[in-house]
Amino acid sequence: MSAALHIDGLSHRYGSRQALDKLSLQVDAGQCCILLGPNGAGKSTLFGLLTRLLAVREGSIRIFGQPLRAQALARVGVVFQQPTLDLDLTVEQNLSYFGALQGLHGKALQQRIGAELERLQLAARRRERVRDLNGGHRRRVEIARALLHRPALLLLDEPTVGLDLPTRQQLIDYLHALARDEGLALLWATHLVDEIDPQHDQLALLHRGRLLASGAVAPLLADAGCHDLGGWFQHHTGATS
Amino acid sequence: MTSLRILWAVIVREMRRFLQQRSRFFGALVRPLIWLLVFAAGFRAALGIAITPPYDTYITYDVYIVPGLVGMVQLFNGMQNSLSMVYDREMGSMRVLLTCPQPLPFLLFSRLFAGMCVSLLQVYAFLLIARLSGVDLPWAGFISVLPALVLTGLLLGAAGMVLSSQVRQIENFAGVMNFVVFPLFFLSSALYPLWKMQEASEWVYLLCRFNPFTDAVEMIRFALYGQWQQDAIVGTLLATAVCLLLALLGYRPRQRA
Repeated sequence: MSAALHIDGLSHRYGSRQALDKLSLQVDAGQCCILLGPNGAGKSTLFGLLTRLLAVREGSIRIFGQPLRAQALARVGVVFQQPTLDLDLTVEQNLSYFGALQGLHGKALQQRIGAELERLQLAARRRERVRDLNGGHRRRVEIARALLHRPALLLLDEPTVGLDLPTRQQLIDYLHALARDEGLALLWATHLVDEIDPQHDQLALLHRGRLLASGAVAPLLADAGCHDLGGWFQHHTGATS
Repeated sequence: MTSLRILWAVIVREMRRFLQQRSRFFGALVRPLIWLLVFAAGFRAALGIAITPPYDTYITYDVYIVPGLVGMVQLFNGMQNSLSMVYDREMGSMRVLLTCPQPLPFLLFSRLFAGMCVSLLQVYAFLLIARLSGVDLPWAGFISVLPALVLTGLLLGAAGMVLSSQVRQIENFAGVMNFVVFPLFFLSSALYPLWKMQEASEWVYLLCRFNPFTDAVEMIRFALYGQWQQDAIVGTLLATAVCLLLALLGYRPRQRA
């Protein structure tokens, strides 16, 4: 079976600045891969390439064995770092719009909207304008939007940015459960080590466009002779998380 | 079928946004109405227009200016739409559109078509108010002008899209608007017939003659009277095709997001 996401020799430069340098990475179904890196590591460039906002010039990206074209994106859900919801529309209208873009319609679309809102405890907010929601609820709507078309690969670009601690922890638990219980493949970009589940997650450490280390947490810590992820992150990047 | 549903979804979204932003709706109407009811009323006595096609009699200035103001409504809507695309790109919702599993040209066309539909709402509201306030417009023209409005809406929407693809920050947009909207509008046949421009200055006339907005306004003017001006249609079609191509090139995935 093909990997959910297979990146091979991916490079990208902005003028003379090398943003990504021969990055190779694989994420399998049911796996949560945390793409860890300080600011400027190349995470957003990678997401730009994965979502077709930037053109791939060197290297390749395959999603479930398919090259990165419109068809392949049908199996991908994306939660961007920036908010992407329309503030003047209601939660339901936002989700209907996105569902239609994914080819969903009619009763099936309404059922999916209902199910996702229920799952993310947003059913009571269905008819509220997004402008009237707090940051945590907006983020949950973003996640409902990304899951609406039942993707098999979820790309998360710093999904917990700007959330208070309890809401953040709820979201972290929820997202990990998606991989563990529902078999979704997750590529989760962050610079915060406390978002990592050391028991189950795979780590990929990106620094200055290069992949410095990747694999399960315990062997990575052991190889570097570190006791905790914060120390390990600092050991490789010189940055604190 | 899926494509049609997506197109419909984008239209519904743009309509909902437009209707919820009431100040935008009133702003879109107040601007041409001030030109019509204040500016044109002042010139009405001073400036009659000779018998030239498509008119078959002498007309007053307010009748002459209506097609130009219709063009103005669509011009401002195109630019507003463009501004909204820059905003959407900064806010991220443009990313959602561009990452959905449909070909990029279709997605851009959907957005363009939806913007054009919004401009139709504004134009018909303006035409209705103009007619009810005594401007002599043929009711049949409300129907015959529709294809011209669709084409003009697409042209100006595509021109706005080209701009939005080049403007990286929303703060830069006001300046760009001044360099685009005002020259396009004032160097056209919207306010004065081309022969009057020619009397005033040959080079201003030439600028007006080769301004695609002039073709769009003349196409609307003739269509309001159930006539088709071939040169204007060809000019508008060509300009639309060029703008669509440039918009598509501008929104291709690029080196820098």
